[in-house]
Amino acid sequence: MITVFVPRDAAALSVGADEVATAIASEAKKRKTEVRIVRNGSRGMLYLEPLVEVETAQGRVAYGPVTAKDVAGLFEAGFLEGKSHALGHGLTEEIPYFKNQERLTFARCGITDPLSIEDYRKYGGFEGLTKALAMKPIDIVTEVTTSGLRGRGGAGFPTGIKWKTVHDLKAPQKYVACNADEGDSGTFADRMLMEGDPFCLIEGMTIAGVAGGANKGYIYVRSEYPHSVHVLREAIEVARKANWLGDNIQGSGYSFDLYVRMGAGAYICGEETSMLESLEGKRGLVRYKPPIPAIEGLFGKPTIINNVMSFAAVPIILAKGGEFYKNYGVGRSRGTLAFQLAGNIKRGGLVEKAFGVTTRQLVEDWGGGTASGRPVRAAQIGGPLGAYIPVSKFDVPMDYEEFAKADAMVGHGGVVVFDDTVDMAKQARFAMEFCAIESCGKCTPCRIGSIRGVEVIDKIIADIDRDKNIALLEDLCVTMTDGSLCAMGGLTPFPVMSALKGFPDDFHKPAPNKFLDAAE
Amino acid sequence: MAKKVARSSQKPRREEVSATTPAQLAAVSVCARHGNRPDELLEIFHEMQHELGFIPEETLPVIATALNRSRAEIYGVLTFYHDFKRHPVGKHIVKICRAEACQSMGTDALCAHAEQSLNTPLGGTTADGSVTIEQVFCLGNCALSPAIMVGERLYGKVDAHRFDEIIAGLNKEAAE
Ligand SMILES: Cc1cc2nc3c(=O)[nH]c(=O)nc-3n(C[C@H](O)[C@H](O)[C@H](O)COP(=O)(O)O)c2cc1C
Ligand code: SF4
Ligand code: FES
Repeated sequence: MITVFVPRDAAALSVGADEVATAIASEAKKRKTEVRIVRNGSRGMLYLEPLVEVETAQGRVAYGPVTAKDVAGLFEAGFLEGKSHALGHGLTEEIPYFKNQERLTFARCGITDPLSIEDYRKYGGFEGLTKALAMKPIDIVTEVTTSGLRGRGGAGFPTGIKWKTVHDLKAPQKYVACNADEGDSGTFADRMLMEGDPFCLIEGMTIAGVAGGANKGYIYVRSEYPHSVHVLREAIEVARKANWLGDNIQGSGYSFDLYVRMGAGAYICGEETSMLESLEGKRGLVRYKPPIPAIEGLFGKPTIINNVMSFAAVPIILAKGGEFYKNYGVGRSRGTLAFQLAGNIKRGGLVEKAFGVTTRQLVEDWGGGTASGRPVRAAQIGGPLGAYIPVSKFDVPMDYEEFAKADAMVGHGGVVVFDDTVDMAKQARFAMEFCAIESCGKCTPCRIGSIRGVEVIDKIIADIDRDKNIALLEDLCVTMTDGSLCAMGGLTPFPVMSALKGFPDDFHKPAPNKFLDAAE
Repeated sequence: MAKKVARSSQKPRREEVSATTPAQLAAVSVCARHGNRPDELLEIFHEMQHELGFIPEETLPVIATALNRSRAEIYGVLTFYHDFKRHPVGKHIVKICRAEACQSMGTDALCAHAEQSLNTPLGGTTADGSVTIEQVFCLGNCALSPAIMVGERLYGKVDAHRFDEIIAGLNKEAAE
């Protein structure tokens, strides 16, 4: 029987993957052909979604973007034998976009049925955990430290050090908590992994549990990701049945179980201490540090908190060794990062590459420039708290330290592209507006400062005392940077100032009339 | 006249409230399903909203009683999160992403179109009560911007035309 793959990833569904799967099933029935349809994760070439693949003797052959209307024609052209068609791309793994990546974390995503443990194991799944179960916890921590893995959630803190802190504490109860709040615009890697290879996250968190001495873990998923929640809950059930979660995992003597919790639409709950409050059923107010969550985390107990991508990198680190992982990357940025090409880009999607790749390579070689066909003007990297960088800075290698030197931030690896129609003063205003909407309200520079920020930028745009207000904005940004409790208020000035410094012309345009009227 | 109690000896007392209205009874059973655990409050609100469409004010005291928390705490959580509705909303909630990636692909125009065609501002509900439109910041579909979500259903590459089709589909669904 011929196997056809139609992704179940939310992005693929958003452009009609379910309809395509239904159409393939009914067309096959009509033609009395037997096909097995597997709902896989996404390969990450989101510009080709829904990307339908057919298994052939030569390998998997790709067609996309397929709509339900194309299905009859695909059958007619003989796509079940991998024959050519206007939507055909040949062998999936030969498509340059895919072939030129270095897939470590996403090695299985899009290849397997996300809920099949057999598939998972066939492609190396649970090798890392199997090794970990036979190791001393401190040796697991050492392996992670050796790998050079740094937190993928944004701050880039060395994962091994965090784990060591929790490992070294004696406590009757410890926890593992996964930050799957992924609130940054331009990012979807966590979502893709949770929907396309959920066992990888489960395995990574279980290894963390064994290493840190925790027997319970929580995954905090944002409510905007209902598909992820469903897939994770199912995957956890499957893993429990197969004894990869629960008591005495695979007879090792270790026990670990996982629970999924859904957020409720608050960006700040991605900040780790706000997330902890939310997991405890409270308002997501940011906590003072110290104590750090590794010492007093969830319910006041020592807690390993990591991003989805950080946990998902761990299975391969354990399976192949810290040295293997460390051999990818540059400087102090080791391993790979799942870059996400988003916004006004021709070929948007997920590109997993070792650190060191440049924005230009990502935006031009992979992304193919803008979707609008107009020139690229800027990219915002690292989410809504990340800097807008002009094209002149596109050759800075993706490396935490190099980016910091260039007044920018790698963050969670999201790259949002804008064409030359973008108004950077408007983008700066939005950064302040977003902070005002999403501030937890605990401290004044952020809660009030962001509202003042919007007002001041409105005056600048309206050309009211422009120079004075620009000076005021700069001053306000310093106050927010220095006086905020967390990076929400502390980093909002980053996109604002990068827009002002990198694109000053946009702050000196003639005032649009409606703003003049409004300001009267 | 009420008996005077010395201030110093007065402990903060929680009033036990028992459920009488249908919404309150629903709240009690949702809380019970979650073992009356205060750390599951977000899940409780999600489930209640799923059942009742919003979180009626009258349920807050019974939730407070069930979870052994103060009413103020329950109210505080309810109002902190954007997802939770305190008033009835439309039959369908249409979330339009207004974050940066979608901005780069024209979500501002899409929002304006939505407001105009449905004759309600973002955050409002159509006159017939069928659709509430609201802004959200990122739906994780930023490579296929602009994105919107209707209930649990995600849509990508939504322009004005596709938006109208999606809304028409909802109304058709309702008519059937
Ligand atoms: C406003 C704000 C939002 C954040 N959002 C997220 C998020 O959505 N996901 C995430 O993993 N980390 C987020 N972080 C970073 C977390 O606080 C924390 O550093 C991270 O979860 C630690 O995991 P890691 O070391 O694996 O990166 C955010 C931080 C701030 C200040
Ligand atoms: S900076 Fe903003 S989000 Fe962070 S603690 Fe202060 S008010 Fe809350
Ligand atoms: S920015 Fe709109 S879906 Fe991410």
